[in-house]
Amino acid sequence: MRIRIDHETRYHYDAPVRGVSQVLRLKPRPHDGQHIVSWRVDVDVDGRLRESEDAFGNRILRLSAEGPLEEITLSVAGEVETQDTAGMLSGQPERLPPEVYTRQTPLTELTPALEAFAGDAVSGVDDRLDQLHALLGAVHQQVVYDTRSTTVATSAIEAFTQGRGVCQDLAHIFIACARHVGAPARYVSGHLARADGVIEQEASHAWAEALVPGLGWVGFDPANGGCPSERHVRVACGFDYLSAAPVRGSRIGGGAERLSVRLVVSPQPMMQNQSAALGPAQLSQAQG
Amino acid sequence: MTAAFDEMFGAEGQVDGAPRSAYAALDKWMKASPPEFFDARRRQAELFFRRIGITFAVYGEAESHERLIPFDIVPRIISGKEWRRLEQGLIQRAAVLNAFLQDVYGPGECVKAGIIPAGLVYGNSQYRVEMTRIRPPHDIYVHILGADLVRVGEDQFYVLEDNARTPSGVSYMLENREVMMRLFPELFARHRVAPVETYTDSLLATLRSVAPEGSSKDATAVVLTPGPYNSAFYEHSFLADKMGVELVEGSDLFVQDARVFMRTTEGPRRVDVIYRRVDDDFLDPLTFKPDSALGVPGLMAAYEAGAVTVVNAVGAGVADDKAVYTYMPDLVRFYTGKEAILPNVPTWRCRETDALAYVLDHLPELVVKEVNGSGGYGMLVGPTATRSEIEVFAHKLKTDPEGFIAQPTLALSTCPTFTEKGLQPRHVDLRPFVLTGSDQVRVTPGGLTRVALTEGSLVVNSSQGGGTKDTWVLDD
Repeated sequence: MRIRIDHETRYHYDAPVRGVSQVLRLKPRPHDGQHIVSWRVDVDVDGRLRESEDAFGNRILRLSAEGPLEEITLSVAGEVETQDTAGMLSGQPERLPPEVYTRQTPLTELTPALEAFAGDAVSGVDDRLDQLHALLGAVHQQVVYDTRSTTVATSAIEAFTQGRGVCQDLAHIFIACARHVGAPARYVSGHLARADGVIEQEASHAWAEALVPGLGWVGFDPANGGCPSERHVRVACGFDYLSAAPVRGSRIGGGAERLSVRLVVSPQPMMQNQSAALGPAQLSQAQG
Repeated sequence: MTAAFDEMFGAEGQVDGAPRSAYAALDKWMKASPPEFFDARRRQAELFFRRIGITFAVYGEAESHERLIPFDIVPRIISGKEWRRLEQGLIQRAAVLNAFLQDVYGPGECVKAGIIPAGLVYGNSQYRVEMTRIRPPHDIYVHILGADLVRVGEDQFYVLEDNARTPSGVSYMLENREVMMRLFPELFARHRVAPVETYTDSLLATLRSVAPEGSSKDATAVVLTPGPYNSAFYEHSFLADKMGVELVEGSDLFVQDARVFMRTTEGPRRVDVIYRRVDDDFLDPLTFKPDSALGVPGLMAAYEAGAVTVVNAVGAGVADDKAVYTYMPDLVRFYTGKEAILPNVPTWRCRETDALAYVLDHLPELVVKEVNGSGGYGMLVGPTATRSEIEVFAHKLKTDPEGFIAQPTLALSTCPTFTEKGLQPRHVDLRPFVLTGSDQVRVTPGGLTRVALTEGSLVVNSSQGGGTKDTWVLDD
């Protein structure tokens, strides 16, 4: 499937900031199920943008800019060609030993109740893949998708206790449980081309990956109750939301900050030779 | 428990017996001085410390957030011969901790060779994945090591734990010596005591030696403190002052073009070496805790670019983890081909089923420690614990066996100490400091002797009511 993404993140500061520095995880890597046709990230302020990689293998951009700045807009425009791989991830460099993904983080710690939930979900199931699917089903069942009950700082415990959350929260709960039952697991941020035809979205998507002996890393999308498909665009991974976050930043001064996001994820009609014809220039035009 | 070895009187410790040779002159002098003399000197010592203002904040106490750490005027003396062996052991230890860190953030040979379980290293929260992309200047990770040693016999020293993150206490070592020299000049005239005052010069030389390649010979070093509310702030300002370098907080530094600068009245000044007393988690809000106001945004990018040296290296904490500690004898063999000169305390890893069963059966005689605890918090000293404390720990062990290790209750050596009941033996430990630079390894002779002031107590931590003594290494 060919998927187009136009993603604009705008920070508005009540008082001008003297400087910002940000780490952007907005550029995907290709893998066997994902070919990057074109991708560009634009920043509308004068500053330095350095391209690098983080320890997880994510492509990162480090932005630093001096103020006074009242607003910063980060624009992503890209197109990828995806294939369904039954959730399996391959063709992607693994930089870290899998054991690093066994540790819990403050966002994925468990309470006894959450441990019991994980234990119940896998009880009587021996095979690792089956266990993970059992967990996937259990988390999807247990936690109601609700965009109003949590924030980016909500932990797995908080979301589980409320029984509500967004894709990020469901991913955290799944990861917490997977690690608890012994599977290395990680957080993935990315995009989802919705099957219902709705292309304007409020926020980007998140799911999880867990390591299955013999298969490698396999994706699990607890918000949708299935494995990632050709509708998923994988952008970055990490221990949890914090280490895979699309944008992390700090600023000097500026009072309160307001964030607005505009995101369009649209499946494109397939045409012959399209990938050769579509360049970055046309993509920018299409953004309006 | 068998009688403890006494530093002054040996195995058959009797206050009126014959002293060990290193203590002979001290013993003679003490016996010749009237008790009033010592009372007066003790009061004077307290006055000195109050004037210096050396305090330590104690967490978990409702009142009196800062207090004086009690100082005992009877020195702890180590003979030159004893010290030379300790020194060799410490140098070996520092080298192995360093080799271990270089390995686990690089090829991971020790894991591949099956010396230590992968999960213990890589699954450790102190293992900082960012360091797999960062090679610290000169490949040094643990520039400053504080190793806690205990003694249980004439020739038996053990390493109780390694402190490879931000070992503290060196300011007490230095102040104790200064106060002792003022109180008892005549005593120093009768002994050839190796100097400790050189520590801050050695520290500065070490910091400058590890500056990134291309820095000037007088590389700019700073001490980064979390600020005046930190329990060890006194030490941070003390060390900066003695070295003649700036004491800075995170907000005094900034990163531009992957280089670190300090704000000064004369404009920005490039910083080459940061002796940070801020934990990894708070060092850079762009990489670690996002709400940290103690760090420097972008510091890790500058570190990755090789433009600044962070002392000790980020991620060094995985080496002093209490679970990793238990593998140190194997790691010493793996990296040096030799046995550890300073052995570990025999330790049960509760993560291992047999060990856990043994520990649960013998709780009243063991010391149980949290793998990630420090400062004497969250530990069980079996012989002095109540039955309910033991039950609480048994439950903790069963629910989280990986979180604990256990050790026999050691008869830590004692040293005569002034108490309300007069001169009494009190248990001591020793924290020497090892400085590893790119040019040489410097071990300050002695270190900080901590003393458990409560009769029979084995917990020497200042946060738990421990005191300190001046530590002498004789030039004999």
